Amino acid sequence: MIGFFIQRLVQALIVMLLISALVFAGVYGIGNPIDVLLSPDATHAIREATIRAYGLDQPLWIQYRDFLLRLASGDFGRSFVFNMPVLELILSRLPATLELTIVAVVGATALGVPLGMYAGYRPDGFAAKSIMALSVLGFSVPTFWIGLVLILTFAVTLGWLPAGGRGETEMLFGVPWSFLTLDGWSYLALPALNLSLFKFAMMVRLARAGTREAMLGDTVKFARAAGESETTILRRHVLRLIAIPIVTVFGLEFGSTLAFAVVTETIFSWPGVGKLIIDSISTLDRPVMVAYLMLVAFLFIFINFFVDIAYAALDPRLRTGRAK
Amino acid sequence: MTALLEVRDLATHFATRAGVLKAVDGVSFSIEPGEIVGLVGESGSGKSVTGFSILGLVDPPGRIVRGSVKLDGSEIVGLPAERLRELRGRRMAMVFQDPSTTLNPVLTIAVQMRLALEAHERVGAAAARARAAELLGRVGIPDPANRLDSYPHQLSGGMRQRVAIAIALLNRPALIICDEPTTALDVSIQAQILTEMKALAADSGTALVWISHDLATVSVLASRILVMYAGRVVEEGPTADVLRAPRHPYTRGLLDSLPSISEPGQELRQIPGSMPSLIDPPPGCAFAPRCTIADAGCATMPEMRRDASRGVRCHKPLGAGA
Repeated sequence: MIGFFIQRLVQALIVMLLISALVFAGVYGIGNPIDVLLSPDATHAIREATIRAYGLDQPLWIQYRDFLLRLASGDFGRSFVFNMPVLELILSRLPATLELTIVAVVGATALGVPLGMYAGYRPDGFAAKSIMALSVLGFSVPTFWIGLVLILTFAVTLGWLPAGGRGETEMLFGVPWSFLTLDGWSYLALPALNLSLFKFAMMVRLARAGTREAMLGDTVKFARAAGESETTILRRHVLRLIAIPIVTVFGLEFGSTLAFAVVTETIFSWPGVGKLIIDSISTLDRPVMVAYLMLVAFLFIFINFFVDIAYAALDPRLRTGRAK
Repeated sequence: MTALLEVRDLATHFATRAGVLKAVDGVSFSIEPGEIVGLVGESGSGKSVTGFSILGLVDPPGRIVRGSVKLDGSEIVGLPAERLRELRGRRMAMVFQDPSTTLNPVLTIAVQMRLALEAHERVGAAAARARAAELLGRVGIPDPANRLDSYPHQLSGGMRQRVAIAIALLNRPALIICDEPTTALDVSIQAQILTEMKALAADSGTALVWISHDLATVSVLASRILVMYAGRVVEEGPTADVLRAPRHPYTRGLLDSLPSISEPGQELRQIPGSMPSLIDPPPGCAFAPRCTIADAGCATMPEMRRDASRGVRCHKPLGAGA
């Protein structure tokens, strides 16, 4: 087990180093931030001074080397636009995205898996067909369009829920959270619903396919022959048998939503990291982009690591390796 | 005395795209308490479907279209699902062919045995564990208390099948249907399990229906044999009599195709041809196209003809002096 951890740690470091180089070079290629940062009528002297101050006069590899050296001491640099440490900036935005992601992904799983299992258990029933129709909708309609329709319906026409923003928040661990207040939930509801539809559709399909296959298998037949009830079979046998793909997708969806909830956050003016990255791209705020993309890579490595641990917990065959 | 199990004119059909597949079509037999009966036939003869039909476990699109199955004298075809579930495991159980697919790979043996117990009675964790360990011991698993926390993949094939048998025995059923339980195992393990099953059945007074394509296996175990062909029982009788003097040409063919130890090196004899499609089978005796003694009279379906202990479904039974 210790060996496994060390191996994973080394892999993670190599991946992070490669990502940082790629991201650094890629962001460098997008354009010159000076043109965005300074007003066009700035004097030549101010221009030169600013370029030097940000180290933009150095060749790429020296900039990269300086970046790595600073990174080694935990410094991601300062945002050009906000003039504050990048790490602080991102961490101040992360909780908003984190709560949105958790509500969306956990909600989609908690609802999608049971419904999908039902659809797989009684595939020919009317209920199953309705569930599947809903999942096709969730798959095929674009997120931004659903977001707009949600705002139009619930915020504009019915006036039940606010159209954007974060609402009342409460402090926990020194950061503000919306989910701790009722008002906050009213702001959270629409963007979370918007984000969760696609994930819901995916969970329904995964659970349905897994259940259909498991129901035809000998394990279920043998449990039935022993007189176990259908509820026991679904909850104790089938759910465990289909857990692995569901956990995999849960992890991937969690990571990608955390990193790229951009569209939904923009539509609902949710002040999370997705909105931050879009803003920083439009202002060519290089340090923010680099740090953010590295954070995303780190998140995926971290989540995959947990998914692997979950595999071992869920499937005993993976625990002992190939030993028989 | 009422028979433990009485099957009358059972027919299980599958509605497929190509037509109605008559997997089981008019099977009748009965089993006495504690009796071991072999159900023999080649793949697709309907022997497994017969077993599943008795337990009410035929998967759609299959369904029992006709006939009756009486357990302890009361009809169980058409019982509500919940009533049938109560009977499964407690009055009749089943062991399948491949133990590596029947046991749940992600649950420990203890959990799986407890689920089977809890299906029929409320038991505490400790009591369930004790009962499970006792059963594992009875089916010949060494160190049962520790084995309970194993997962199926940590056991050998023979051990896994023993666990499956222990689960089947858990609620003391009166009847266990064994669907080729030794086919997937090594020959030496097969022999062990056969011997143990025979002893277990005798101890507990459990009746066994032993489904197999292998006459040799069945002959070790069963006191009576039923031979199935194309969804029907074509011959039945005491094992020794059927093996010594088969009356149906199909049974004769099966016996002839067994490899002989006394005359090694001989080419195996086969029954020419293959079983007819069970979708729109030809009228008349299903075996006629492969039968060496069939004639024009075999174009009609022969009835089951019974005497004191034996029965045969053939117009021209062997050894009848015809």
